[in-house]
Formats: sequence, structure tokens, C-alpha cells
Amino acid sequence: MPATPATAVVVSGLVKRYHHRAAVDGLDMVAPAGAVTALLGPNGAGKTTAVECCEGLRRPDSGTVAVLGMDPVADARALRPRVGVMLQDGGLPGPVPAGAVLRHVAAMYARPRDVAALSERLGLHTFARTQVRRLSGGERQRLALAAAVVGRPDVAFLDEPSAGLDPQSRLVVWDLIRSLRDEGTAIVLTTHQMNEAEALADQVVVVDEGRVIAAGTIPALVGSDGTVRVAVRRTDGATAPPAPDDVLAARLAAALEGAVHGAVQGAVQVAAVSAGVLQVRAAADPALLHAITGWAAEQGVLVDVAPGRRTLEDVFLDLTGRHLR
Amino acid sequence: MSDPAAATADRPVATAAPLHRRVLAQAGFETRAVLRNGEQLLLTLVLPVLLLVVLTRTELVRLDTADRVGLVAPGALALAVLSTAFTSQAIATGFDRRSGVLRLLSTTPLGPGGLLVGKALAILAVEVIQVVVLGSVAGWLGWRPTGIPAALLLLALGTAAFTSLALLVAGTLRAEAVLAAANLVWVLLLIGGGVLLPVDLLPDGLAAVVRLLPSGALGEGLRTALTGEGLAWGPVLVLGAWTVVLGAAARRFFRWH
Repeated sequence: MPATPATAVVVSGLVKRYHHRAAVDGLDMVAPAGAVTALLGPNGAGKTTAVECCEGLRRPDSGTVAVLGMDPVADARALRPRVGVMLQDGGLPGPVPAGAVLRHVAAMYARPRDVAALSERLGLHTFARTQVRRLSGGERQRLALAAAVVGRPDVAFLDEPSAGLDPQSRLVVWDLIRSLRDEGTAIVLTTHQMNEAEALADQVVVVDEGRVIAAGTIPALVGSDGTVRVAVRRTDGATAPPAPDDVLAARLAAALEGAVHGAVQGAVQVAAVSAGVLQVRAAADPALLHAITGWAAEQGVLVDVAPGRRTLEDVFLDLTGRHLR
Repeated sequence: MSDPAAATADRPVATAAPLHRRVLAQAGFETRAVLRNGEQLLLTLVLPVLLLVVLTRTELVRLDTADRVGLVAPGALALAVLSTAFTSQAIATGFDRRSGVLRLLSTTPLGPGGLLVGKALAILAVEVIQVVVLGSVAGWLGWRPTGIPAALLLLALGTAAFTSLALLVAGTLRAEAVLAAANLVWVLLLIGGGVLLPVDLLPDGLAAVVRLLPSGALGEGLRTALTGEGLAWGPVLVLGAWTVVLGAAARRFFRWH
């Protein structure tokens, strides 16, 4: 991946409403070329709608989407040959044999990938003569992925590419996605599987209720051994943070400077990583944790303190809550 | 910040196949889908041929003519158009819409426009097969048609009107409802829509209404043209008006999702 990757997809302030309910509510996102960007979020978070706006299948109510510098609706004709799409519901005709479907999609491109080689790689050749409706879920997913990439797209939008895959198929699919990325393709995928995001994504965009609630590389999101996460909450249970994140970060940094063993002025870095969540860049030790909880008492706030590296799942659940939706 | 358009300047930009290749590929794909499907074949070929033979060779329905096949064959052609342009197309499009096929293909270089043209060509291809088969069977039954250019115009107009209706139904109802509605309309128009048999056989009040339906206009127009009585402008106007209204409605109300 180049140091300053070119941006393939830029979404800003995207809003899409269905019957006056906003499915996407002010979403911002950037997907670089030659990288996998994962949209991670619970069901109904607005991931599919956001991706469909990028594919030109839905018109945004407000905000802008630029794919390869173009508008997915107005410049659809120029974009279609360069954008590959894998829909969540497959989009494959039931009565047609799998091989015929892939050959048909390939026929739309001037210089498609070699259908036989692609079929071999994704293991489609074993069911090429089987009607789509008789395929297993995993076979359908692999066929849909093949259809999305057969035209050598510059940008591929993959909506839940490994839903319903067995572990072997998932490895094959991940392997293909990685090699597309290495060829320079920008890949935007949606998932609610943490392990998929961790295994594949160069950057993760966590979406909930139509907005981005956190974004960054996996290491930035999960933290490292040299960090402590501090999630700040109000004592009255209200969801609004007790103060703006940068104010909280500055206050905590000031409080810790006096407390951390051997710290000189300015040595304790505290940054807000998402709404109400601060990251202290220092190795966790008892004195530091004591200082953080002392600061919380002084401020009259509650804190969840998590030292060291966490799993993406922990981060995700902290961000999106643990209740069912 | 680098230029987004140059994001992949180091490799060739993917391009679409030429328009005619995309559209012909889609037309072939859809035509094969009809020919591969037993139920669609029953509807588009087997039943029209069966009705043509039975109604010509038996006195099951009283026709006040010595030339039974001359009256039945145009009706069988009208039924073929109803089957292919409406029932078969509505069902195929309804299920393709539900399974996302329409959306997926519209994101490929085919695009929504190419998809529509491909569908139209596929309908015409199936109709050519129907006309050849029905024409051959009717010829074997002694049919000697005249007024073929007028009949071709009516077939084209009827196809446009019924395809518009098919897209309107397929683009607004659930797939199961499309299936039910498309088959029900086929049966109702077959019995009382002036498609297969002359409108005169219907009760007077109904006959007047049926002449204004696309089914009655197509059936009557074809019977008039192919029995050598020339092109009747009434049916042409009725079919043209339906095409405009149904086409506009389909354009307005068709939902891809």
C-alpha cells in the first residue's frame, strides 16, 4: 500500500430516509485505493443503504458520494465498468446454471477476467452446471463474489461477502479479496463479523444508527499494550458526554502528569478515540489506574477503564451497546 | 491529496463491452431463460398451439364462418403476444426484481437501459419463434392469411402495450402477487378478453368494453387484418393509447427494490 493512498470513495454528510426515518443519517467515510475498508455495524445500522448509495442504486436525500471522483447516479455510465457490486441478496437468477450467470456478467465487459481461472480459484467449477436456486448459501456467495470482480473493477462494493460461508470457503474468499487489494482495487465491504474485519480490513468504519461512531485502523481502534482506554459516562445515566471530548482529554492529561511515575510535562498523551472514549498513551500500572479513577471522582463522572489491547468485539460492543435490536 | 481519477493510473481502466454485444447478450440470456423454463413454454407455445388445433378442428365453439382457421389463427397469435409480452415477462421480471437480479445487472455496464432493450429483444425473439410455429401449424390446417404488414404493426403495438403492463405489474407488486395476477389476467382475457375468439361472441355490453381493452383491440385488429379486411384504425388507436398510458405508469411507478 502506498504511503498516501489515493481515495477511491468519498462519502460526506450522506443522508437517506425511508418513510421519514433516516436509515443513513449524516455518514462520512473515505475508502482508499488498494485497501480494504470494512463498514462494521449491527443489523439495521445503515451499512447496506450507504453502500447502495455508493453503487448508484439509491439516490441520497442529502450529502455527497464520490466514487473515483464521479457521482454514482449522474456518472453511472462511466462508473459501471469500473465498479463491481456484490449485493446482500445475491442478485443471481434462480433458474439459470451458475456458470452461465458468470459468463453472462463477464460478457458485459471489454476485458473481463478469465472466467475459467476465476471459477477454479473460487471453486465454482464443481457446480457450474447447477441452477443457482439449487446452490448452497456458500456456493451462491462465491458466485456473487465472482460476478462482482469478473470485470476487473477499480472499486468493489461487497455487501456481507462471507455471510453463510463455511470456514474453508471463507478462507478462499478472504484470499481473493486480499489479492484484489494488492492489485490496487479499493474494496468496501460490510460485515458484522468482527473476525472478518480483523482479518481483512485495513481500516474499519463502525456505523450505528446511520452514523459513523468510530473509524480508523484496527490497531487504532483496539489499542495496544502501551495504552489505557477510558470511557467516560455521566452519573445520571444521560447519554450525552459530560464535556466535549477534547476538553475531557486535556483535563485528564493534566491530572495524570502529576500522578504518573517519572512523567515530565507533556509526556502523557491523551486523545479522544471516539465519542466519550479517551486513550491514554502509557503502560498500565497500578498508580496510573489509581490516578485515572481519582480524576473521575474529582470530575464527578463514571469511567470504564480498560488497560492494554482489547478485542475488536469489545470495542464494538462498547460503542454500539449490548442490547438487542 | 492525489487525484481520485488517477487512483489506478498504473493499470488499464476497465471498459464496457460494445453496446450491441451487451444488449444481445442480455437478449440471448432472457430468451434462453424462457425456452429453458417448462411453465413458460407451456404458456407461450404449447397452449396457443393446442387451442389453435382444437378450436379449428372441433365444433367446441360455434363460429359463424366456413373458414374456421382464418378466424382462430389470428386469435392464437394474439394469445401468443399476451403470453409472452405480458404473463411470461411479468413473472420473470417480478422474480428477478425480488431476487435482486435487476439491481445487480443495472450496476454492470449493461445498465438499466440495456436491460430494458435486452428484454424487448428477447420478447421479440420468442414472438418470432411463436409466429413461425403457430403460422406453420395454421398453414398445415389450411390457413392462407393476407394483410401481413398490417398484422405485423398490430403485433408490435400489442407487444408494446402488454410489455408496459407487465413492467407495471412486476415493478409494483410482490413476486407472488405478480405470479397470481399475471396468470389470472391471462385466463380472464383468454375467456372474456376478445383475444382468442371474436368479440361478437361476448354479450353486447361486455363486447363494447372489451373492444377498448388491449386484448380485444389486438384480437379484433388481427382478425380484421388477416382476413383481408385491411388495417382497422380503431384497434391501432386503442393499443397506442394503452401503450402511452401503461408505459408512463410503468416509468413512474416501477420500483427496483
